[in-house]
Amino acid sequence: MRYHPFTLPFSIGLGFIMLYIIVMWTIWIVRLSRREQKIVWKRLFSFRTISAIWESIREGLLHRNIFKRNVLLGYMHMSLAFGWFMLIVLGNLEARLYPHGVINPPYYPIFFEFFRHDLTPLHEYEEIFTFLMDFFLLMVISGVSLAFFKRFRSRTLGMKRTTRHILIDRIAITALWFIFPLRLFAESVTAGLYNTGHFFTNFIGQWVIYNLPLDYLYYPAWWAYSIALGVFFITMPFSRYMHIPAEILLIFLRKYGVKEKESHSTFTKIELSACSRCGICIDACQLSTSLNISDTQPAYFIRDLRYSQPNERLRETCMMCMRCLEACPVGIEITRIRENERREHPLFSASSYGYINGYKYPKAKVAYFAGCMGHLTPSVIKSTLALFDAANVDYTFIDKNGSICCGRPLQMNGQVEAAKQLIDKNNHLIGESGAEVLVTSCPICAREFATSYHLAIPVLHHSQFLLELTQQKRLNFNQSGLKVTYHDPCELSRGLHITSEPRELLQHAVILSNGSKETESKSLCCGGSLGITNISMAERNKIATDTLNEIVAESSSYLATACPMCRKTFANAQDKIKVLDIAEILEKNLNFAPEKVSEKNQSPIKQQAVIS
Amino acid sequence: MIDFGFAPMEVSVHNMDTADLSLAHWINLHDETFNHCIACGSCAATCTAGQFTNFSFREVCHAIRRGEIKSAIDESEKCMLCGKCTLVCPRNVNTRNIIMLIRKANLTFRP
Ligand code: SF4
Ligand code: SF4
Ligand code: SF4
Ligand code: SF4
Ligand code: SF4
Repeated sequence: MRYHPFTLPFSIGLGFIMLYIIVMWTIWIVRLSRREQKIVWKRLFSFRTISAIWESIREGLLHRNIFKRNVLLGYMHMSLAFGWFMLIVLGNLEARLYPHGVINPPYYPIFFEFFRHDLTPLHEYEEIFTFLMDFFLLMVISGVSLAFFKRFRSRTLGMKRTTRHILIDRIAITALWFIFPLRLFAESVTAGLYNTGHFFTNFIGQWVIYNLPLDYLYYPAWWAYSIALGVFFITMPFSRYMHIPAEILLIFLRKYGVKEKESHSTFTKIELSACSRCGICIDACQLSTSLNISDTQPAYFIRDLRYSQPNERLRETCMMCMRCLEACPVGIEITRIRENERREHPLFSASSYGYINGYKYPKAKVAYFAGCMGHLTPSVIKSTLALFDAANVDYTFIDKNGSICCGRPLQMNGQVEAAKQLIDKNNHLIGESGAEVLVTSCPICAREFATSYHLAIPVLHHSQFLLELTQQKRLNFNQSGLKVTYHDPCELSRGLHITSEPRELLQHAVILSNGSKETESKSLCCGGSLGITNISMAERNKIATDTLNEIVAESSSYLATACPMCRKTFANAQDKIKVLDIAEILEKNLNFAPEKVSEKNQSPIKQQAVIS
Repeated sequence: MIDFGFAPMEVSVHNMDTADLSLAHWINLHDETFNHCIACGSCAATCTAGQFTNFSFREVCHAIRRGEIKSAIDESEKCMLCGKCTLVCPRNVNTRNIIMLIRKANLTFRP
């Protein structure tokens, strides 16, 4: 016997989902731009493919990234994905090894035990197969139990909040949760009747045989199992579970070098579908942890964008701090997607800033750019310039008489046309100044200069520049012995991946002590962010104090920052700890007796320390 | 007439009874800090755009309160969203949000 009507729900579901995946993958690939298709094609037969396969296994099945966050949560995802995968693979092998030929209908291995009660023809493999099938079933069941448990006590699995799901997701989850208990039941009933199982299903089978009318349950159990599978497959494309096929394609395309562009593209569609709504981004977001705003994070934003349009509140309520980006196990370019979505709502026209036309920056060799935020913290400028003087740097403070904003605030709020005007103007003026290197104390500007400008000269954050001066022995510091906590600004750590230079520099004058694991790429935002407009000052201050409470070590005398805006925000929010910029701390500990090296014998700056 | 290079000032009597305060109400509805402004001018003093041109957030708010919707909307476009004003405002007026609201009003309120 190779057929029974109960297999229909499963078969229909499987046929549907397979067809759907093939159609969607084809549409997505065909709709990639010409250039993207070309690079994919060119790189298809290269090491990248192997590395993509490995990543698919590592993230799609084993979920290493989630393991890194929380072992229990990782195990939950891994047991479901890997356990199920192994059941499918082993089931197929088992059915093929059975001495009735290797060609079977697709449902056959899934319901193998229904069709074959006598497993002895498998000979020496019988024991190992029945054992492994039971083992992986137990693994999946443990994962499902954890998932169920997580709905009620998510904290145990390291999650403060779980995603609130919409109807289609709930149906799909329910079906998914039922699949494995039903499989267990169907197999146990069969094992109870025909001894087809191993330690797990036979054990339960023994129990049910004495307690339940097995003969009546045999068919309903298999029917129910098949229906659960069918429902899951049918709901999959419309629910969060579309992430399974989409994520695999995403991993491959990303490996070939396809990425988000300046506006939504087909790749965006794939990324949107690849979000599993796992909710890890919700906990990572300080809007949620500090302000209880827990409905605008990527889990929801991406969901709404996938189905239609996120509303204005959803689009705008985000600091663009990139913490979620860092936390997302799928690696979706969340912040880029949100910025692109904001771009579709321009509010400033391309002719907003005609009034800057006549402005000029002076001639310079080493150009120092304080930026808007720099100008708000004159003490930072003063200290930075004092250090430059001490090191005999031939610098020009090019925006002394006023800086044209770098354009990043506009850009983060989606106002690209307007930002472009400022960028073009600054680009031109900086070029005209003849500078050989551009140094800024504002990470916001540094990031913008490095990524949106096409400057022919190196752009350095002042921490990088000062570190080089120190390494060239042009600056010398006294070790004060004071303990200081360093805060990584978002734009510097996540935006430009500059985390070691400020630390190395500070260690010349102070001892670093950190009270938290949330540093470097995981650093907490100060709350001052220019990427958001719709939170109040009180809310910003709440974020700032929460961040300080988390990161400042007991013993620290100061908080050191590398961003004038963070400095201002932290200082405004509280007066428990004094906040100073790196340059200020260094200037305090400057040792004025280095051998004077004349500027002429020194290259202004080595060229390698360029921000990407 | 002989051109003396100057002329009598335009009459600028402002009748608050007939002023169009719809934008003021609308902004207030979305961001009540609009009403907290004491017109101290700190925002204008620090303004990045204000270094280059005659622009002041304080004046924009003032215009809105006087019902001069069109000029407020036109002026608001000069802002670079740099955020300095937000950090210096003693009344915690959410300046950039208000600028964004005015820009949004551009799409609905423009007379
Ligand atoms: S964006 Fe990433 S972290 Fe957030 S729900 Fe989606 S997959 Fe999870
Ligand atoms: S970018 Fe920052 S504020 Fe925005 S959703 Fe992500 S974590 Fe939250
Ligand atoms: S001011 Fe600093 S910490 Fe705050 S958002 Fe900007 S870069 Fe991030
Ligand atoms: S700084 Fe604040 S209170 Fe003062 S005028 Fe500007 S918005 Fe009003
Ligand atoms: S945000 Fe606009 S109004 Fe405020 S200081 Fe900057 S340019 Fe001026």
